Amino acid sequence: MTTEDAQPAHQRGAAPRGALRRISTVLFRRRLLALWLLLTPPMLWLGVVYLGSLLAMLWQSAYSFDDFSMVVTPELTLANYRALFHGVNLDIIVRTVAMAAAVTVGSALIGFPVAYYIARYTRGAVKGVLYASVMLPMWASYIVKAYAWTVILAQGGVVYWVVNLLGLREVLDGVLALPVVGGSSLSTSNLGRFLVFTYVWLPFMILPIYAAIERVPESLLQASADLGARPWQTFRTVILPLTFPGVVAGSIFTFSLTLGDYIIPQLVGPPGYFIGTMVNTQQGSVGNLPMAAAFTVVPIVIIGGYLALARRLGAFDAL
Amino acid sequence: MRSSAKAGKPRSTRHGPRAPWPLRLAAWAGLLFLHVPIALVALYAFSTEESAFGFPPPGLTLRWFGEALGRSDIWSAVALSGKVALMATISAVVLGTLAALALSHRTFRGKDLIAMGFILPIALPGIITGIALHAAFRLGEITPGFWTIALGHTTFCIVVAYNNVVARLRRLPPSLVEAAMDLGADHFAAFRTVVLPQLGTALLAGAILAFGLSFDEIIVTTFTAGHERTLPIWLLNQLGRPRDVPITNVVAILVMAASTLPILAAWWLTRSSHDIGGSGK
Repeated sequence: MTTEDAQPAHQRGAAPRGALRRISTVLFRRRLLALWLLLTPPMLWLGVVYLGSLLAMLWQSAYSFDDFSMVVTPELTLANYRALFHGVNLDIIVRTVAMAAAVTVGSALIGFPVAYYIARYTRGAVKGVLYASVMLPMWASYIVKAYAWTVILAQGGVVYWVVNLLGLREVLDGVLALPVVGGSSLSTSNLGRFLVFTYVWLPFMILPIYAAIERVPESLLQASADLGARPWQTFRTVILPLTFPGVVAGSIFTFSLTLGDYIIPQLVGPPGYFIGTMVNTQQGSVGNLPMAAAFTVVPIVIIGGYLALARRLGAFDAL
Repeated sequence: MRSSAKAGKPRSTRHGPRAPWPLRLAAWAGLLFLHVPIALVALYAFSTEESAFGFPPPGLTLRWFGEALGRSDIWSAVALSGKVALMATISAVVLGTLAALALSHRTFRGKDLIAMGFILPIALPGIITGIALHAAFRLGEITPGFWTIALGHTTFCIVVAYNNVVARLRRLPPSLVEAAMDLGADHFAAFRTVVLPQLGTALLAGAILAFGLSFDEIIVTTFTAGHERTLPIWLLNQLGRPRDVPITNVVAILVMAASTLPILAAWWLTRSSHDIGGSGK
């Protein structure tokens, strides 16, 4: 338990002056006490407020809800969890997970070149500015970013203006006529929703990849080149395997954030619930907190599984 | 291409090899994608158009800024967001710093578990924290309002303060404190005169980030706010109202500025270590 007794004992009989001095001496002798004094307030917060709330939620997810009287009663039941596997609810889960997966792949494809370019081909001030130019959009107001896209995708908005300018209107209409991807307009299509999600979470993908690429030592690449590998071969056999944990680390964010989001599906895309919007509706307008809580368990379980997988792929060393 | 002879170290050259053009194209396209939407929101705040989002805007004006400043509902939302952020920042910095001091330079059983516990509120989607707090308030029959919002925000702000302080402590050798104590300082004096001055900018950066994070938060807030309206909730409610489009646009760029300028400040304060960001919201 006390692992710090390796430090020099230096209480050279200095006579304790005043109460503070005496407390300090006690703390020095009893390392564990000092640790507990420091840890108790944050642990209380974490344990009582956060974990306590999670338990309160899990507990209430087993409460009963009467569909006719719309009243929650504290009779424990598994009906809410059973309902998760019903057709409509299963559709919601599949729809959300599919979007989260698509957004993750999309951000990795867009993000990797950005991270790679900044990490490998820029130096000094330019690198600093480019790094900041990825970090700033990440921290910029989420709700404003989502709002920006409702403006961009609107009829007569900038996307339609550019498309018309380039004479690509037929191409856009053709894409929107596709089954799953399309819709009656950009702002009511899955393509539009995908774009907004990818935009909002992209920096969360770029930064871990960037960090992973930065950690690949230059000497490895020189060795690879010395051994006769062409740049593409070096990339595929040295850089990509070494930076893949960074991609996985980024995907934890993009996947989990998409899975739990409930604002963007309200603003852009076709009708039909996401896990987040379902939780919000059940809790808000329906008043079925138990069902909302049961729905919240879905992302917890999926993300738990995903984290376990990511850990095996070495993503935590890349964070 | 490699002009490394002068400096001796290859990495310190000013110009590295030039990127192949497809990579350059993809990278700049990605960066453009990140910034064009923000630039457009900024542009629309000056548009003379009153109800639609036509592009290009028919004309530019400063009129909407004046009108937005005269709206009392905006001011009360700003005030609430500011108060919540201040409260959450203070408690998060205190709790996060305590946790960081406890966990750095120590190894004990269960340390990793505790460290992971502090990260959990931002690792799991906000909706989980939100609905969990909502369920707990319901169970405890607590009426949602200012204090419940601040409580929720503190929960996910702790990790920001914690991360900044931990990163700084990692670079602070324990021998410094030992030296201070050898010279006769007690725990408190050593903390005040040796550790605290070193932590200064990390604490400030953590506080700025926590403030920005809280000021801008919407997901947890909707579940803990009851009938109160923070600025992001005001904005969200506004999106269904076409009448107020110009005012919404103005508030949007003000919120954007409020959320990005502090980040630049925090980045500047910790620029030697690049320890901020990356940890996610």
